[in-house]
Amino acid sequence: MVAVIVSARDLGRSFDASAPLIQRLLTRAPRLTVRAVDGVSFDVTEGTTFAIVGESGCGKSTVTRLVAGLDTPTDGEVQRLGRMGQPLRTQMVFQDPVGSLNPRWRVGRSIAEPMPLSMDAAARFARVSELLETVGLVAADVAKFPHEFSGGQRQRIAIARALAAEADLLLLDEPTSALDVSVQAQVLNLLKDLQERLGLTYLFISHNLAVVRFMADRLAIMYLGRLVEEGPAERLFQAPAHPYTRQLLDTVPDVANPRRNREPLAIDIPSPLNLPPGCTFHPRCPLATDLCRRVVPELRSRPDGTRIACHAVTDEVVS
Amino acid sequence: MTPGSSYLRRMLDSDLIWQFRQAPAAMLAAAVLVLMMICAVAAPLIAPHTPFDPGTLNLMDSRLPPAWVDGGSATYLLGTDEQGRDVLSTIFYGMRISLAVGVAAVLLSVTIGVTLGLIAGWFGGWIDAVIMRMGDVQLSFPTIMIAFFIDGIAKAVMPPDLREMTRFSVVILAIGLADWVQFARTVRAATMIEKNKDYTAAARLSQVSSLKIVFAHILPNTLGPVIILATLGLGVAILTEAILSFLGLGMPPTQPSLGALIRVGNDLLLSGEWWISMFPGLALVLLVLSVNIFGDWLRNALNPRLK
Ligand SMILES: Nc1ncnc2c1ncn2[C@@H]1O[C@H](COP(=O)(O)OP(=O)(O)OP(=O)(O)O)[C@@H](O)[C@H]1O
Ligand SMILES: [Mg+2]
Repeated sequence: MVAVIVSARDLGRSFDASAPLIQRLLTRAPRLTVRAVDGVSFDVTEGTTFAIVGESGCGKSTVTRLVAGLDTPTDGEVQRLGRMGQPLRTQMVFQDPVGSLNPRWRVGRSIAEPMPLSMDAAARFARVSELLETVGLVAADVAKFPHEFSGGQRQRIAIARALAAEADLLLLDEPTSALDVSVQAQVLNLLKDLQERLGLTYLFISHNLAVVRFMADRLAIMYLGRLVEEGPAERLFQAPAHPYTRQLLDTVPDVANPRRNREPLAIDIPSPLNLPPGCTFHPRCPLATDLCRRVVPELRSRPDGTRIACHAVTDEVVS
Repeated sequence: MTPGSSYLRRMLDSDLIWQFRQAPAAMLAAAVLVLMMICAVAAPLIAPHTPFDPGTLNLMDSRLPPAWVDGGSATYLLGTDEQGRDVLSTIFYGMRISLAVGVAAVLLSVTIGVTLGLIAGWFGGWIDAVIMRMGDVQLSFPTIMIAFFIDGIAKAVMPPDLREMTRFSVVILAIGLADWVQFARTVRAATMIEKNKDYTAAARLSQVSSLKIVFAHILPNTLGPVIILATLGLGVAILTEAILSFLGLGMPPTQPSLGALIRVGNDLLLSGEWWISMFPGLALVLLVLSVNIFGDWLRNALNPRLK
């Protein structure tokens, strides 16, 4: 059974980035808006991992916060479809491990926060200890304060808290970027394992393609607030079609085919404050045509089950 | 080892205590403060006389100078006032009232300020604007004027026989209401920072109610600066009370604070009985000075940016 539990429909989120009113009046500067997220649509299927990849500042965290309901979209909507009419229970692991734990709470209390109020103290304590061990810490850590842990350890505490609620959907915003490689592997294995055992659904954000390859069932590539390509992860890794996806995949070492022809990724990333007209990727795109400089490409479905936003790529499946 | 003792040890080992040991002025101020508080709290037990029990007063002993001056008596170390009350004992009792009024007034300011600050910071928008503009308006009047004003209103609305009885509460109210703004500003700023932190977002995802988020998460994270401000505010409150009393608007002569004692003695200053106002005055200076020195040290110790 394939059940969609989260559906983003044409999501948009603009931020006001204007200078303060007085300064704006003095310098006659216009209002500025950042389109952090623009026209993003995707479905997340129950029990799978949907990954979003993109450069820093492309809007990944903003999408996650919109999906979590922590922020309201300026356009479009997020449909959150819980099981059998129940509200969808969501937990999140935040990108920054410093702000994600209350500095004045012992970590045991933080981890127990999402647990149902009906649970008694002994059961809570047992569960917290179990969770701490699950994420590779020790039960004695319950009584410590966040400042007694490293960034990576705090991230694991945040993961323990997210797991405590047995939520339907886990939003993981770069959950392993603060961890060293061995711990990272441990946490990723843990997440995979839990997904299989509990049927969890993940929205997984990362800029590490190796990590994404390990985790993702479906993959979306994001560029300056828009999805440029989306589809089954295996398919995208094997046959990336969008020029940006191709460049992105080229930045990971290709062990199987080291002599593949590589184009360097241009360095000048346009500012989200001042997006280029047409396809936002055209200044960096080797295939850019006149059309690309004028018209924004829509995300369209292709026969192989992927979606792409590119004028230059035709629907014939690339070999 | 019991958890209690390990907690105590952790506290004694802490950075704050270490810094405290490095600051002789702060240590002296704290010692003086503790001593004065003991004298104040234990006044009925340790004061050599009972100055407010008319039965024990002897008018023959009035206006005696301090013990070391000619004509002084060893029974009245710092002399007596015109009713024959022992000045040292009235100081103990006066400190008791000054401190009680000061502490109660600060607690009132803290309660009002913290509550309004949390509300303003959490809700933002027009609620924030209304509260903070109210604070701005209030700050453009001197504290003492607001205290006068509240005192005046209380006098106007209360029947005369109640006035004397409610003096204590009115003075606390007048000073407490005049000084909430600094607490509200600090807490509002901290609240606006904390409410955007991810741990608050995590709590929201766990369906924790807003009220609980504000009290369990945000409030404890705003209290550090509040404690510092409250300590410094205690000095201000004690002084404000002294000024009110000195001007005859504070505590009545039957329940004199340090300020009221100075006022009573002030009338006799020109006739040469300097000790009646001088010693309560010194006690007031010592009290406020040690509160301020300790408060300043606390602010520096707790605020890493000032180091
Ligand atoms: N609250 C905000 N106010 C103004 N601009 C914002 C706000 N939040 C995000 N932005 C802007 O929106 C854009 C996307 O930010 P976002 O945090 O979603 O990026 P990201 O993909 O998560 O980046 P990273 O990989 O560095 O975490 C950025 O240009 C950012 O400056
Ligand atoms: Mg981010």
